[in-house]
Amino acid sequence: MSNFWSAWIIAGSLIVVFGSAYLLRMVIVDKMGEEGKQMPHEFDGIVEMNNPPPKWWTIMFAMSIVWGLGYFVWYGLGGYEGIVGWKSANKAHYSLASVNKANAETRANNSINQYINEMDAADAVYGKTFAKYAAQSVEELMENDEALEVGQRLFIQNCAQCHGSDARGQRGFPNLTDNDWLHGGSFSKIKETIIHGRNSRSMVSWTAALGGKEHVDNVVTYVRSLSGRKVNAKDAAAGKLKFGLCAGCHGAEGKGNQSLGAPNLTDNIWLYGGSTAAITDSVSNGRIGVMPAWGKILGEDKVHVISAYVYSLSNKK
Amino acid sequence: MFKKFNHELVEKNAGLLGVFTILAISFGTLVEITPNLFLEETNRPIDGMTPMTALQFEGRDIYIREGCVQCHSQMIRPFRHETERYGHYSLAGESVWNHPFLWGSKRTGPDLARVGGRYSDAWHEAHLMDPRDVVEESNMPAFPWLAENTLDGELTAKKLSIFKNTFDVPYTDADIAGAKEAVAGKTELQALIAYLQSLGTNLK
Repeated sequence: MSNFWSAWIIAGSLIVVFGSAYLLRMVIVDKMGEEGKQMPHEFDGIVEMNNPPPKWWTIMFAMSIVWGLGYFVWYGLGGYEGIVGWKSANKAHYSLASVNKANAETRANNSINQYINEMDAADAVYGKTFAKYAAQSVEELMENDEALEVGQRLFIQNCAQCHGSDARGQRGFPNLTDNDWLHGGSFSKIKETIIHGRNSRSMVSWTAALGGKEHVDNVVTYVRSLSGRKVNAKDAAAGKLKFGLCAGCHGAEGKGNQSLGAPNLTDNIWLYGGSTAAITDSVSNGRIGVMPAWGKILGEDKVHVISAYVYSLSNKK
Repeated sequence: MFKKFNHELVEKNAGLLGVFTILAISFGTLVEITPNLFLEETNRPIDGMTPMTALQFEGRDIYIREGCVQCHSQMIRPFRHETERYGHYSLAGESVWNHPFLWGSKRTGPDLARVGGRYSDAWHEAHLMDPRDVVEESNMPAFPWLAENTLDGELTAKKLSIFKNTFDVPYTDADIAGAKEAVAGKTELQALIAYLQSLGTNLK
């Protein structure tokens, strides 16, 4: 804060406080005639008595002035930071790096900073728990009901909006309990997915590449046959000829490819629905599957615990 | 001028009392609001801040039109119980190009100051069309007409140039020239999602 504005704020605040004190003095000193007598005016028979302000009111007014001045000295005013140097948080910064640097200085100086003190107090209690979990392998965490419960809570707070509070997903958002994985179901793969997110944009509209709507219908028929559905054999055979285009990601047998995030088409698990209409929609209009990156939001220790919880849903100990 | 300046004089002259009342009240404004119009802390954008794209800008207008601010704040306060859920507390520099501010004061729904990147576009689409589709217990209204209304972008360039000229938001001439094209034909739903996905992502 520049000196000018600091002086402006200090001057303005003090004028108000001392102005109030002056007003109070005026009211007490100027008795406007004799106290207890009737004032020399009257309206429709209504008269006013010349009474002094009540003592309790006068005392409270004076006390609030003293309190106000004490508040300025204690907490600061304008550029003056007060005798205790209290701050709510390090706010006058223009990048995260700068905030973090200021926070480090605050910690080094042991200053009173409400936000940092609150965060550090919480970290002293919960940080140890997360650090302990972070050092444990998934096998150890699977044996630890408390860790899994913590993971579940974090899951419900952060993941349930898409994957559901029971983690069984919904249309467009994968079920995490069925041991069917788009990007791999190992503990490290789950953790990778949560930290960095996933962005699957390879499933574009295939209508033009397949050569028109009729070919799309044939491919859809073939795809439906892969999960054991009864289909028109002639259409499916025609679709199979075009499936080569799909095999690049989904594999020649349609079993998918987890390194590309391409789903298995043979297991009768459908992220966007397995009806003819839904599959046709997927093939002709494409699908974009995005898992946001949570590493920076949650921090790696929490992601570790959530990953263990998600892993535990389809891997019983 | 006055025989004696005292309490009686103020009390018996309504005009004088009015002047003093206005003066007393003005001090609150002068001390608490005026400095914020000039201080660096409240006027300097955060490092690397980029202005909203034309589409995000239109999305913001839809956010205002639909009254989202009545239920969603965009202001994360420096308390642990807020930053644990919503992310880093808001800095003044993140809001300097916002006119009007959409900080809000009511949280029937969650704070949205850093909602950008937290959900996929597909989630936002499903959620705006009917929040119950993705969050069963949600009491947010559905906004299905957003998918039907298409933007024509007629006024987008004008809006951007007002922000450039009046509020010093650094839009380039190319931004303004391409504004209509960037927006025309897009649905209001796409614009609103683009806006939501941009929220809070500038702080690095």
